[in-house]
Amino acid sequence: MKPLLDITADRFRVSRAAYTDPAIYAAEQAAIFSRCWLFVGHESELAQPDAFATRRVGGRPILFLRDSQGAFRCFLNVCPHRGAQITRERSGKSRSFTCFYHGWTFDNAGTLRGMHEPHTYPEGFCQAGLHDLVPVPRFESYRGFHFLNFDPGAMSLRDYLGGACAYIDTIVDQAEGGMRVIGEAQEYSARANWKLLAENSVDIPHVTALHPTYLQLVATNSQGRMKRGEMPGYSLDLGHGHTVVERIATYGRPIAQWIESWGEEARVEIEAIYLRLVDKYGKERADRMAHCARNLLIFPNLVINDIMSVTIRSFQPVGPDGMEISAWALAPAEELGTPALGRRLTNFLEFLGPGGFATPDDVEALESCQRAARVAREAPWNDLSKGLSPGGDDQRGDTMSELPQRAFWRGWQAWLNQPGRAGDAG
Amino acid sequence: MPADASPWPDLPAVAEFLYEEAALLDDWKLPEWHALFAPDGWYLVPNTFGDPYAPVEQSLYIIADDPHHVSERVKRLMKRSAHAEQPRSVTHRLIGNVRILGRDSAEMRVQSSFITHRTSQGVTDSFFGRHEYRLVLLAGALRIREKRTLLRTGSLRPQGRLSLIV
Ligand code: FES
Ligand SMILES: [Fe+2]
Repeated sequence: MKPLLDITADRFRVSRAAYTDPAIYAAEQAAIFSRCWLFVGHESELAQPDAFATRRVGGRPILFLRDSQGAFRCFLNVCPHRGAQITRERSGKSRSFTCFYHGWTFDNAGTLRGMHEPHTYPEGFCQAGLHDLVPVPRFESYRGFHFLNFDPGAMSLRDYLGGACAYIDTIVDQAEGGMRVIGEAQEYSARANWKLLAENSVDIPHVTALHPTYLQLVATNSQGRMKRGEMPGYSLDLGHGHTVVERIATYGRPIAQWIESWGEEARVEIEAIYLRLVDKYGKERADRMAHCARNLLIFPNLVINDIMSVTIRSFQPVGPDGMEISAWALAPAEELGTPALGRRLTNFLEFLGPGGFATPDDVEALESCQRAARVAREAPWNDLSKGLSPGGDDQRGDTMSELPQRAFWRGWQAWLNQPGRAGDAG
Repeated sequence: MPADASPWPDLPAVAEFLYEEAALLDDWKLPEWHALFAPDGWYLVPNTFGDPYAPVEQSLYIIADDPHHVSERVKRLMKRSAHAEQPRSVTHRLIGNVRILGRDSAEMRVQSSFITHRTSQGVTDSFFGRHEYRLVLLAGALRIREKRTLLRTGSLRPQGRLSLIV
């Protein structure tokens, strides 16, 4: 295989084949989506014991649930008998699952409770524990975010997240009573390679060119906070392919940056939130929480953006040129039932989601890149050199640098090059 | 009030209003489309999952435009910098199953079924579902106080996005 990254002291390029080649897609499935920690869901999606949700994670059908004791569990959504899905519901509440094909029944801890005509099986076959639901090899959580790993020998989630933990803390700690997913996920898609969305989700330099209509909308309500070309802040390589960009926010933030269009009552509320943060975390951290926005990419396919609103976005590749995208809105529990949540959701929809004033333009840009990537043989390279300083270690840059994209690709290459372990599926 | 003195238009006239609305959208005459709205008119597209009538300030919608945002959405889509719709998609709307669900002195409730085909960059997507309207009479003319579009597509896969007004 030809090298996919072209890195010199003053240049960083990515082969366009990386977005189109089926062989690379297959290699990613084995080296990345079978070895990295993958986001499954947020704890608040399963608010009660017996709640369950199904989804596709890393290409596999997954059953994410809380058992009757309240413990979070994660199974492969496949019947140990002859492979039907254990449940075809998107979500619900159930103490047990009965496979609709031949009727094997499992409790929500995964234990087989009944099978069809057990007396017709060879002796010893029906012994307890032999035919239970299959849990995912690893299942761990951090601050309410649940992840799985298909590699039994993977490092711990905590070690994997590494420097990203501090940024998750900065987001989750804004809430007094924990974070909650609001309503249901928006489910949309893009006819583009998944890596294009990873790059895009932490890309600040594109905002002016791609999103003028959003900037014009915000100019109607943010009293000129949005100043072209000014974005004080920094970007960081967090290792393993994770990266973050943090900068002064140029729009209203429910926690805690008031704008005039929210009115006087909101000003008093938001001031109180700010003072609570100062009280609890000190002025410096409170100012970061309140007045800075952050785009956090957790390799390979999770984005937690704490911008004008907080969103969780995960994307599942479906072939080299398509992905399914899920976007959740996250809010502090104490905002439920208050006008603050309305402001947060308006902020969300002004920018985000398939009907937002910005995200559809992002989808179009990614699809445009994908359509054009067929030139990989004749015009092989995408350029990601912006903000590169020759001789530097490229670990920290400004907000207008393509450092986050380089951090992602360095991580991507390291995962692909990692030698296989015994027992790896592929 | 006796039925023949009702100020409200009859079913054929209501249907004609909805066809006219669809034609304006097909023709990208969005300011004219916006003129069909009452000054306090909202445009809503609930998420494809969950309660489509949940309060907008407590649940995540796909689109929840108050009057200001309806106006801003129209402005955006008329600009060349609305990249998701540039070059402009070609769309065609089929409206049917028009029903008057109820009326009182203030408001008429109407619903229709729709199929909207959108073609862009050689790809055709279809959007379908139900429009639910709250209509009012302003200076004798029908105007939209609320248009709620219930997508019946299951999700927005494979369409990917909702960059147009369906
Ligand atoms: S496949 Fe599930 S019971 Fe047979
Ligand atoms: Fe963007």
